Amino acid sequence: MQLEAKNISFRYDNGPWLFKELNLTVNRGEIVGLTGVSGRGKTTLCRILAGLENPLEGKVLVNEQTISKREYHPVQLIFQHPEKAVNPKWKMKKTLYEGWNVDEKYLNLLGIEHQWLDRWPNELSGGELQRFCILRALGPKTQFLIADEMTTMLDAVTQAQIWDAILKVVKERNMGLLIVSHNPELIEKLCHRVIEL
Amino acid sequence: MMDASKIETQNNRQTNFGFNRRQKTIMIIVLASILLISVVLGGIFIDENRIATNLTARNLMPSFEYLFGTDWLGRDMFARTLMGLTLSIGVGLIGALGSAIIALILGMIAATMGKVADNIISWLIDLFLSVPHLVILILISFMFGGGFKGIVVGLMLTHWPSLARVVRAEVMQVRSAEYVQVSLRMGKSRSWIAVHHILPHLIPQVLIGFVLLFPHVILHEAAVTFLGLGLSPHEPAIGIILSESMKYLSSGMWWLAFFPGLSLLLIVRAFDSIGSNLHKFIDPSSANE
Amino acid sequence: MQMLEVNNLSISFNQYTKGLRQQKLNVISSLDISLKKGEIMAVVGASGSGKSLLAHAILGILPTNSQMSGTIKYKGELLTPERQAKLRGKDIALIPQSVNFLDPLMHVGKQVEASAKKVDKQNAKAIRQSVFERLHLDENVAEMYPYQLSGGMARRVLLATAIASDAELIIADEPTPGLDPGVIEEALKSFRELADKGHTVMFITHDIEAALSIADKIAVFYAGTTVEIAKTKDFNGSGKKLRHPYSKALWQALPQNEFIPREGSQPYPSNLPPGCLYAPRCELATDACLQGQPEMRELREGMVRCIHAT
Repeated sequence: MQLEAKNISFRYDNGPWLFKELNLTVNRGEIVGLTGVSGRGKTTLCRILAGLENPLEGKVLVNEQTISKREYHPVQLIFQHPEKAVNPKWKMKKTLYEGWNVDEKYLNLLGIEHQWLDRWPNELSGGELQRFCILRALGPKTQFLIADEMTTMLDAVTQAQIWDAILKVVKERNMGLLIVSHNPELIEKLCHRVIEL
Repeated sequence: MMDASKIETQNNRQTNFGFNRRQKTIMIIVLASILLISVVLGGIFIDENRIATNLTARNLMPSFEYLFGTDWLGRDMFARTLMGLTLSIGVGLIGALGSAIIALILGMIAATMGKVADNIISWLIDLFLSVPHLVILILISFMFGGGFKGIVVGLMLTHWPSLARVVRAEVMQVRSAEYVQVSLRMGKSRSWIAVHHILPHLIPQVLIGFVLLFPHVILHEAAVTFLGLGLSPHEPAIGIILSESMKYLSSGMWWLAFFPGLSLLLIVRAFDSIGSNLHKFIDPSSANE
Repeated sequence: MQMLEVNNLSISFNQYTKGLRQQKLNVISSLDISLKKGEIMAVVGASGSGKSLLAHAILGILPTNSQMSGTIKYKGELLTPERQAKLRGKDIALIPQSVNFLDPLMHVGKQVEASAKKVDKQNAKAIRQSVFERLHLDENVAEMYPYQLSGGMARRVLLATAIASDAELIIADEPTPGLDPGVIEEALKSFRELADKGHTVMFITHDIEAALSIADKIAVFYAGTTVEIAKTKDFNGSGKKLRHPYSKALWQALPQNEFIPREGSQPYPSNLPPGCLYAPRCELATDACLQGQPEMRELREGMVRCIHAT
């Protein structure tokens, strides 16, 4: 069971290559950190791994298979700005249940209060929205999570709360987790190994 | 605690007569709607005899019996104006509705069907916006043989470009939003996303666009009819009333043009204020003032 | 000399609840801070704690549906709206959170030079070049328009504008997210240098580590008010020198410390608890804490808003 990038290369239009023939593997149950100077394409790599973008060369495999664009993608991405990742015209309930029929126990685990479900996104703080985005991505078919600067905009207490919850889920479900962060202490605390881009 | 240097700033300095902004907005919308509805109802149910020729009451100044006076055939100008306005609102409704639908369809096509479609539609929008409305309107209505059909088709085909541009921009923005990308990766189909994610963003825009199209459409219809290229002279349209009254202005019968013109202006302003107040409601940057 | 004194500041917003009724939301309540000349004060706290609003209040750019009470003094004199308009951008500069504050129709180099010209007309270009170099901005970036910049670059241009302006009071509202550690370090270093040259800096951030690396003192915000003002060196070890339980929680939540996920969340302005705002999450809370918002008091050369702090 693994997420694998095989010889992938990417650039935007005719810009310089962000990366060439890059290889990367994340196994299930493994927490991997991804660091590197900005502009090296960390975010782009995340988008490719999660199927939001196609590599120009090479391919991304999940359990040795390519993933169709039309079905639920087993690799889900959590973005840096949760307020952009939820539809402002939807109540939180609709956003949360968009992908799967959320298990009640996860609401407690992620610290989502029931009354938040009836709110609009602009009535919740960034930390609260991010909990929704995480839970939305935890559908039964999700095998790998990618957290792209997921807690960069959050204060220390909220950051600790969210990582605490996500680590519990990842462990329980034996998922693979790829963490992109500028914060070396965070990477060191959380990850089994680190990839430098 | 009373500090001598304490300053209280109250940024909301509008005179509000004790109402907050949202209550005021609703009141304006309701009042304008009442005005429009009563005009339409008045136009439909008014006694047809009042516009019949009555040679005993020709060229009368405005009075309590004839609010807007009478014309050279003794017809009641108030009744004629009401019927004219009703016709105008009817034409405006069809024209604005048609334009809004064209705008919605073309805007969505431009934003979703690839570069070629986008280029063609954007070019069309620019083309229509670069030539004065009235010129194209006259051309199209002439091509369709003038009269009611000609003017309505002309109005529909000329008023969509600015709204289409708004729709296109909105769809493009929503389409590339992160929540739509998330939705795609959850296996949602494109049509599901169009209905659930994109449409809720478009409805308020199109609704406001539709209401704001109204005054344009009505004014342009009156203008073209005034020039003799629109509705036929038998119809009691405001444009017809105005152009007929021109001949009598020099003989001092000012009320023939004054009241119908003023009423037209009022109706147009009413639609305009409904549209812009609706906009204030929905626009998040001013929604809480 | 006191550069900035904020006393008993409260800000509230009118917001529509359901339908037509308006509700008054107290987003900042009885807030006091002061900054001396040449000092860097970091303002830390969660989002929604009122950090940015404080900056906007000082600059006089609050939205129109807000009301403000209390006093703000700049150099000992009251900041009236007229004075704010005069000082804005000259004596008091803001590094805004949003990169939309750049002029979209002007080369960014010109924008930075324009603010440098207020200091030194002849050498504006040289000043701009040196600031660009410090922030790792290529010379050709000066010839670009804002839309051509990446997020990180635009942020650095905003920093450059404030650094080149030579304003006496610089208010930086979350200037670091999205920047590389190297660039952050340079940016923070230039704040420190500005302060050492006699400028005063208010550094608003949610990133305690960045705050600690340059600030002289730290103001901790929670739910619209200051709960503690501490010296930077108080943030140390297990956080024993800190005065307020929330400051301790923030410190202990850092990954390099104990990474403790303390439960609960900051209350909303529409739903503030009676008494101490932190009481619902606080381990030390007693009945006395529910009786009313504690006053700010001096303690061990700092300030704290907690009756239990020792």
